[in-house]
Amino acid sequence: MKRIVLGLVVLLGVAAAVPQPIQAPMQRGKAIYEQTCLPCHQADAGGVPGMNPPLRKSPYVQGAPTRLIGIILKGLNDGVEIDGDTYSNPMPAFGSVLKDQEIADVLSYLRSHFGNKAGPINKPQVSRIREAMEALKGK
Amino acid sequence: MNILNKMNFHVIGVITLITASSFVFPALSGTILHRPPGAALKMPRGFHVQVVADALGTARHLAVSKQGLVYIKLGKLKGGKGIIVLEGINGDGKAVKETGFGDFIGTGMYIKDDYLYASSNTDVYRYKLNDRGEVIDTAHPERIITGLLDRHEHNSKSIVLDNSGNIYVNVGAYSNACQLQDRTKGSPGANPCPILDSAAGIWQFRADKQDQTYGDGVHYATGLRNVVGLDWNQPLDQLFVMQHGRDQLFQLDPDLYDAKQSAELPAETMYALRKGDNAGWPYVYYDQFQKKKILAPEYGGNGHTTADEKAIDPIDAFPGHMAPDGLLFYTGNMFPERYRNGAFIAFHGSWNRAPEKQKGYFVVFQPFKNGKPDGDWEVFADNFAGSDDISSPSQALHRPCGLAQGPDGALYVSDDVKGTIYRITYDSK
Repeated sequence: MKRIVLGLVVLLGVAAAVPQPIQAPMQRGKAIYEQTCLPCHQADAGGVPGMNPPLRKSPYVQGAPTRLIGIILKGLNDGVEIDGDTYSNPMPAFGSVLKDQEIADVLSYLRSHFGNKAGPINKPQVSRIREAMEALKGK
Repeated sequence: MNILNKMNFHVIGVITLITASSFVFPALSGTILHRPPGAALKMPRGFHVQVVADALGTARHLAVSKQGLVYIKLGKLKGGKGIIVLEGINGDGKAVKETGFGDFIGTGMYIKDDYLYASSNTDVYRYKLNDRGEVIDTAHPERIITGLLDRHEHNSKSIVLDNSGNIYVNVGAYSNACQLQDRTKGSPGANPCPILDSAAGIWQFRADKQDQTYGDGVHYATGLRNVVGLDWNQPLDQLFVMQHGRDQLFQLDPDLYDAKQSAELPAETMYALRKGDNAGWPYVYYDQFQKKKILAPEYGGNGHTTADEKAIDPIDAFPGHMAPDGLLFYTGNMFPERYRNGAFIAFHGSWNRAPEKQKGYFVVFQPFKNGKPDGDWEVFADNFAGSDDISSPSQALHRPCGLAQGPDGALYVSDDVKGTIYRITYDSK
């Protein structure tokens, strides 16, 4: 136990001294957001009224990781409703465009920016959902 | 294209005056945003704007009866009502009475021969008006068209009538470019595009027959991705439509287009339609710089190859993505002679120019002569957004959507952000 605590302290110490490794996923997430998500969801994540839903203070972004990861992987074309407003444009599937780590990065970025306050999502979480979806598809 | 060169704003005179008297121009100090909505619109000299109503919500298209009652179709119910009626517009332009009826949302609103026509996203209804321009029975409209496709994307059904008892309805494509996977990079265009059989076109129906659906109507025009603004040109006795051009050339084909090209291409196009016309979507788009119909990249295009010469050419072209949601040919006597039979177009404002700055959020005027656009279009009413610096549409305070002409020749404009209804008048004094 002592060794683990010690190890953590050392790790944290290293992290504090060299901040890049901790910021890097956020920077990667931001870059993916700007390249992939921004054209529809906009620079301020405000979306497009009636068409593309906002991602700021979003119940979808801050909600269950499973649903959120699923939307990125498989897309969505159900006419999303948020706060009584409907959004009609389809969300394309990004499962074949983005790798699991990239999805984890962009979702972690989204969940901690634009007024969203939810925990990060890691690569294994994305991989599990992807595998579960693949398994369902196989049946 | 330098828009500023085309504008002859009254505001330039105002700037001169204000600078001369050493006040700060409101737009620079930011106080413009705190003025009553509508007062901030910039208009050419001699035009005045009044706010008829505010806070109606998603005010889509609107129509004014010959007695001056204003009917507005809502995209979202307000107090359970989908149609708002404004009555008793007084000297300062304010309506004294606001009522509502109809429990369906939608976009289309048109008045012809003592009937009010209104569309949901699947159906079209009509209500008989009395000699005061009031709906006689708000609870029992006739359903004249039903069962039109609504697959979320481009689902608004705009309507207009001709002088022979026909109604024209837009059914927008439930797609951007008819890819097998909509808006997905690398997905090819479906060939032939299956959407064209029941959407991406204009259908013609009888105005006085109940419960018509696709089989009862005439597939009037095809190859139109999505039309929201449309009008019947009275002197030409012809249907004119504004098409929303396709999105995302850069995101879907970054090897062929850069972000700047994708922000301007393709044009938002105006078509003068005849029965049987095909405007070419999804196989071609109109490039306003090359002035050609270009083969879409999803169908093997490279940004230069032309195709589909059977498709009609637009009669007019505007910068990309500005979203023409309202079209009105002016037939009134209030405005100066040069406006007569010219086209007003409400550009809702872009989103697909991102990461470039957004454009539109204004009403333009395109002069016409002998039934054809005559000279350059000009910005007519500007600053709906409240700022020139809009990077995301949710920053816009107002977005113009519908246009209608009052019996006195005043121009009405609806805004579907806050639901402000503007009344624009002319007075040479």
